[in-house]
Amino acid sequence: MVTRLEGHAFRRFDGALVYLHTEVLAMAGLVLEQIQLALESFRTQDQEILDSVCRKEYQVDGLEKKIDSAITQILAREGPVAFDLRAVMAFSKAVTDLERLGDEAVRIAQLSAKICSGESGFSNTHMLRDIGIMGDHACSLLTEAIEILETLDLDRARELLVRSDLGKEFCTSFRILTSYVLEDTRNMRYIVNVVMVLKSLERIGDHARNLAEYVVYIVSGHDIRHRENDEK
Amino acid sequence: MSVVFESRFSFTSERRKGERRRQSRASASTAIVPREERQTVGAAAVENPRIRCMDVNVYYGSKQAIKNVSLDIGSHEIVAMIGPSGCGKSTFLRCLNRMNDTIDNCRVTGDIFLDGQNINEQSIDVVPLRAKVGMVFQKPNPFPKSIYENIAFGPRIHGLAQDKTDLDEIVATSLQSAGLWNEVKDQLDQPGTSLSGGQQQRLCIARAIAVNPEVILMDEPCSALDPIATAVIENLMIELCAEYSIVIVTHSMQQAARVSHRTAYFHLGDLIEVGATEHVFMRPMHQLTEDYITGRFG
Repeated sequence: MVTRLEGHAFRRFDGALVYLHTEVLAMAGLVLEQIQLALESFRTQDQEILDSVCRKEYQVDGLEKKIDSAITQILAREGPVAFDLRAVMAFSKAVTDLERLGDEAVRIAQLSAKICSGESGFSNTHMLRDIGIMGDHACSLLTEAIEILETLDLDRARELLVRSDLGKEFCTSFRILTSYVLEDTRNMRYIVNVVMVLKSLERIGDHARNLAEYVVYIVSGHDIRHRENDEK
Repeated sequence: MSVVFESRFSFTSERRKGERRRQSRASASTAIVPREERQTVGAAAVENPRIRCMDVNVYYGSKQAIKNVSLDIGSHEIVAMIGPSGCGKSTFLRCLNRMNDTIDNCRVTGDIFLDGQNINEQSIDVVPLRAKVGMVFQKPNPFPKSIYENIAFGPRIHGLAQDKTDLDEIVATSLQSAGLWNEVKDQLDQPGTSLSGGQQQRLCIARAIAVNPEVILMDEPCSALDPIATAVIENLMIELCAEYSIVIVTHSMQQAARVSHRTAYFHLGDLIEVGATEHVFMRPMHQLTEDYITGRFG
């Protein structure tokens, strides 16, 4: 099937764009795996998982450089315009988001090791359940955003942007966590670590939204980022 | 006659307003116009145009090469015309100074206003018209005369110089405007054909400038030049548009993107889309424009 990225009279350009798209999707898949593994570590409390997440981070960083190089080649040799230029620019920005998602995965895995080690002498299954629920939500959002990036589906991208904000969930959990601190300030370190995990999960949701916004830009040409600022 | 002209113009002004409203609707729309749709999208009309073309049709015998094209050329702007070979962009360009008159079976209908005068009327004298609307061709075509005579020929036949001093001044300023003076000032008596390709093309531009034009038409002026000579001509175009309007036909997307303020895309004789160059190359409104500029056909 010929995708919207193909169909150029100059066939090498087809290959270059499809290769770029495939590599971005490969990077996205790797990052998703990283995040799923990092969240898994809360359930299994397995030190091996942290190592695995960190190992994947090297692969993600390598892919980032590889994709940046492919983008530079396309800009230098093919002179993309219109849809093609928007796609190249959006993939370039998506790569930055994906690299940061990888960083969030590492951060979650590291915090998981601290939270589950019992070093603070406090544990709360309710909080861990919150992490699990918000983690599942973040992963499903990211999975959907990656599918949208794969199919370049404008309608699904717009639909995801309407319902994907994890900010409210974070605020609710944060309020509850604050009450634990007020109960006993010795829980502070544990709770701060949990808050940082939840914040990372909220950031994952934001990056997933960014991916959907890039798809809107590629397909429609409209830059819908920071629209709230436009109205001010 | 002027009354007739006024009434026609006001009628068409209303029609243009309607067109502009239609065009702004097209601009506001998020959906790309499908390939089958042939009505022009984008801002074909501008405020205070130097040239206003309305419903221009061109026929070569029974074959229609240009279909109902309306397009304004603004003051001090560079308009690039792009499109696949045979789409009619050069034919349309030649309408702007009646160069199609030289083709036997060519017939042009519609109105083309320059300074309020319909230059497509048969009564128009094409000699002063072609001084007002100068032309530079794909291949440099200096006269087989000296560099000085190449420039002086036009002002002399149009009576623009009182004496030799005037003529010398016109030659010098024209060559300076074309960025050629420093390279040729010591060899003005040498044949124009002895210059390099890029210099010959600038000589042709100087020749067009020498007769005080309002508009300069350029038909693929850089297609025979290397990248450095091309850059010199492109810089020159950007400088010249402070005084003249420039219409350029080019097959180079990059050239159109680099130098023009507005870009017009032609397809099989239709003007498909016209708009600000940055918009046409970032977010074209018509699928045919997008297909062409991204290299998906043509």
